[in-house]
Amino acid sequence: MKNLLSVSALALIAAAAPAMAQDVTITNARVVIGDGSEPIEGGTVVVQGGKVVYAGPAAGAPAGGSAVDAKGAYVTPGIFATVTTLGLTDVVAVSETEDSRAAASPFSASLDAAAAINPVSQHILVHRAAGITRAATATAPTGSIFGGQGAIIDLDGDATPVVQARAFQFVDLGENGARLAGGSRPAAHALLRAALREAQALAGKTGTPQTTEIVKDDEVLLSRFDAEALVPVVTGKQKLYVAAERASDIRAVLGLKKEFPALDLVLVGAAEGWLVASEIAAAKVPVIAHGLADLPETFEQLGATQSNAGRMMRAGVKVAINADSLQNPRRLQQVAGNLVALNKLPGAAGMSWGQAFAAISSVPAEISGMGGKAGVLKPGAFGDVVIWSEDPLEAGAVPTQVFIGGIKQDLTSHQSRLRDRYKDLDESNRPEAYDW
Amino acid sequence: MYRDSKWRARAGALVTLASALALIAGATVADAKERKKKDKEEEAAAAPAFAAIKPGDPVYPSTYKPYPGVATAIRGATVYDGRGKKIENGVVFMSGGKIVAVGGPDTPIPADIAVFDGTGKFVTPGIIDIHSHLGDYPSPGVDAHSDGNEATAPTTPEVWAEHSVWPQDPGFSRALANGGITSLQILPGSANLMGGRSVTLKNVPARTMQGMKFPGAPYSMKMACGENPKRVYGERGRMPSTRMGNLAVNRETWLAAIDYANDPKAKRDLAKETLVGVLKGEILIQNHCYRADEMALVMDMAKEMGYKVTTFHHAVESYKIADLLRENGVCSAVWADWYGFKMESYDGILENAAFLQREGACVVIHSDDQNDIQRLNQEAAKAQAAGQRAGIDIPDATVIGWITYNAAKAMGIADMTGSLETGKMADVVLWNGDPLSVYSRPEKVWIDGALMFDALNPKTRPVSDFELGQPGEGDVK
Repeated sequence: MKNLLSVSALALIAAAAPAMAQDVTITNARVVIGDGSEPIEGGTVVVQGGKVVYAGPAAGAPAGGSAVDAKGAYVTPGIFATVTTLGLTDVVAVSETEDSRAAASPFSASLDAAAAINPVSQHILVHRAAGITRAATATAPTGSIFGGQGAIIDLDGDATPVVQARAFQFVDLGENGARLAGGSRPAAHALLRAALREAQALAGKTGTPQTTEIVKDDEVLLSRFDAEALVPVVTGKQKLYVAAERASDIRAVLGLKKEFPALDLVLVGAAEGWLVASEIAAAKVPVIAHGLADLPETFEQLGATQSNAGRMMRAGVKVAINADSLQNPRRLQQVAGNLVALNKLPGAAGMSWGQAFAAISSVPAEISGMGGKAGVLKPGAFGDVVIWSEDPLEAGAVPTQVFIGGIKQDLTSHQSRLRDRYKDLDESNRPEAYDW
Repeated sequence: MYRDSKWRARAGALVTLASALALIAGATVADAKERKKKDKEEEAAAAPAFAAIKPGDPVYPSTYKPYPGVATAIRGATVYDGRGKKIENGVVFMSGGKIVAVGGPDTPIPADIAVFDGTGKFVTPGIIDIHSHLGDYPSPGVDAHSDGNEATAPTTPEVWAEHSVWPQDPGFSRALANGGITSLQILPGSANLMGGRSVTLKNVPARTMQGMKFPGAPYSMKMACGENPKRVYGERGRMPSTRMGNLAVNRETWLAAIDYANDPKAKRDLAKETLVGVLKGEILIQNHCYRADEMALVMDMAKEMGYKVTTFHHAVESYKIADLLRENGVCSAVWADWYGFKMESYDGILENAAFLQREGACVVIHSDDQNDIQRLNQEAAKAQAAGQRAGIDIPDATVIGWITYNAAKAMGIADMTGSLETGKMADVVLWNGDPLSVYSRPEKVWIDGALMFDALNPKTRPVSDFELGQPGEGDVK
């Protein structure tokens, strides 16, 4: 166990020093571009200056950088997890460590996740070791229908985790939104419209706002500060992520564009999306969909089926897999693998391997405004590259190496340290507490 | 097993009683008149006018009977028997609801039976979930359906999970079709130190709970350590509000049950009847407990009071005391990758199951979830892969045992199901590929030899009453 001590000491020293992007050429790889195409055997990935400069057949690769022989392993872009609370919480049930919920706050739309990201949260370390390199992370609607402004983050643990602050606003227009708005869907829609009109007025489109805040009893449903935060939403400069499950709720969301044409909508959840897939496709609204929800857990998802994502994709909808509905986001690749498995089930609609991987890499990145930059191995993209132990969509797959922005990442965490300590239970000389 | 002989003894007593009644009914009118007065006097002295069925005799009995099946063989498949054996190009032959033969390609099968070509496919025993709340917390999960936890007192051993089961929960069919689940234990929730009795079900659609109840399965009692009981009752200003309070309330409750057991004149008490069943070894203990140090305390409490813990559930820290668990013969029912959602789950690691296996302790993979119950095979695969990375190679056939035989053993039904052995219930899953791969699904599921799900035939997909006339009725799900 002494050797472990020295290894971890080295890791600490390495973590303390500012890491530099290395130029890396990964050869003998089963290269996954992440754009929906199928893997390329015997491929090469070249990262220089923190960016991807080449990914494809070995023949066309430029020379340079330190060489890594992947020995035939899958080499993919890092997984892009959306929507998550990574960096916002340590222990969900320990409220003082939980920054994704703020039911008692008078603020809602103005809440800004970027201010609270802890880049060395254990969840970030654990999920980095699971191959997630970037994530959309957001505060949840708890005091109002508006959750606040989510951020795009990287998981490299350095001092600047926020890739893009205030990337999107989050609003809930399903059963939960109805409850938060006072008890009904019309209440949620009225609150949304009132808020967006306030924002329009603040943007100078329809004159001075008529109210400064919306309150009920002692609860503030929308403060002036929140209305200001919605200006970029109503002017189309910031995406609006809308949680909705029921087919009719989805239609109501799509209808918002008639009143507020500049809205840049993204549907989140959409358990019954397959029932209105052609309408979603026609509206060109992308969906961050539950991957495997197949139970009528609520009345808004009576039609839930694991074939939802596949059916929407076939109808022409851009579909990413939602991390928020999973036990933890590191299950994204397992969910994608399950969507591939559906292809063998008569009557089910699955995805090809390449499509399923794209649904957890390039597609969520595109939806988040990071198209061509994250979740894909194309020239100019972030040097986020993962080498896997096996087929990355298999349930037990984990990375053997992770690069973020061209920097090789340390994969230790609280969990890996516990694993190392309890590899044996020998306390004949010293208690386990001395084994570190 | 002791438990099963008890059940048979009870059934025998019932037969004797019925014969006696028949004899009385058959006596002559004259005899009856002669004896009438005397009988009345005797009855008044011996038995009260009103009486419930005696404690210990079966109540709410199972009405489940195996559905019709045909003699069936699968040949050419890779067979995992659930007890660590793997047979390549194997044969599984079932008839009359039972496993008749399991073996290699030369295993004889009759000429006139249904034979499925299992080439490239896999056969396992029916998958078993030791920790489910289906039916008690059904879909849709509205308040009106929240029947899984009588969280109104710190100990409620008197409640029985079977009295909350809604057989129309669509979750049962998903567990069958996507997870190959053939048996499952429904447990009360964990707000209480003692949550009540579990019920073990056959995963067949039924109009009543009794139509699913696993014949001959023993009851378990649910117990819970740690954060939940102390939080739920502490917040109400009552005991327990601490972990030491948890133990104190438990010990007082056990002592009262021991007094009750020793008092032949004690008035019937449903709560104490459950506890006495545990003391007698007739009722098993399924104990929700995350932390290693608390599991060690509970095992000592069991020694103090004279009962046995069968299984610790959600045991995310079992790996820290795998040796102790092995020595005490206690199983750990664990997830593959749940961690960090509450303080007592903070030290969850992927290698938990593998480290337990390394120490020779009993491993069960459980779900506690209406979604994960559909993929227990994948949860087992994740735990296996983590072990392999840590240098612990666990054969596939052993891993399948985590979700079949070991679960059955920890539920007290391993002499009836959980493995592919001659004479046992023909609870069988034919997978369309390696069950430890994410790319495989159940193709056919037999329960007691009856084909209850066939992925190739849409009409064999059960649709609950709740789903009729709703969006997606009968969809592939």
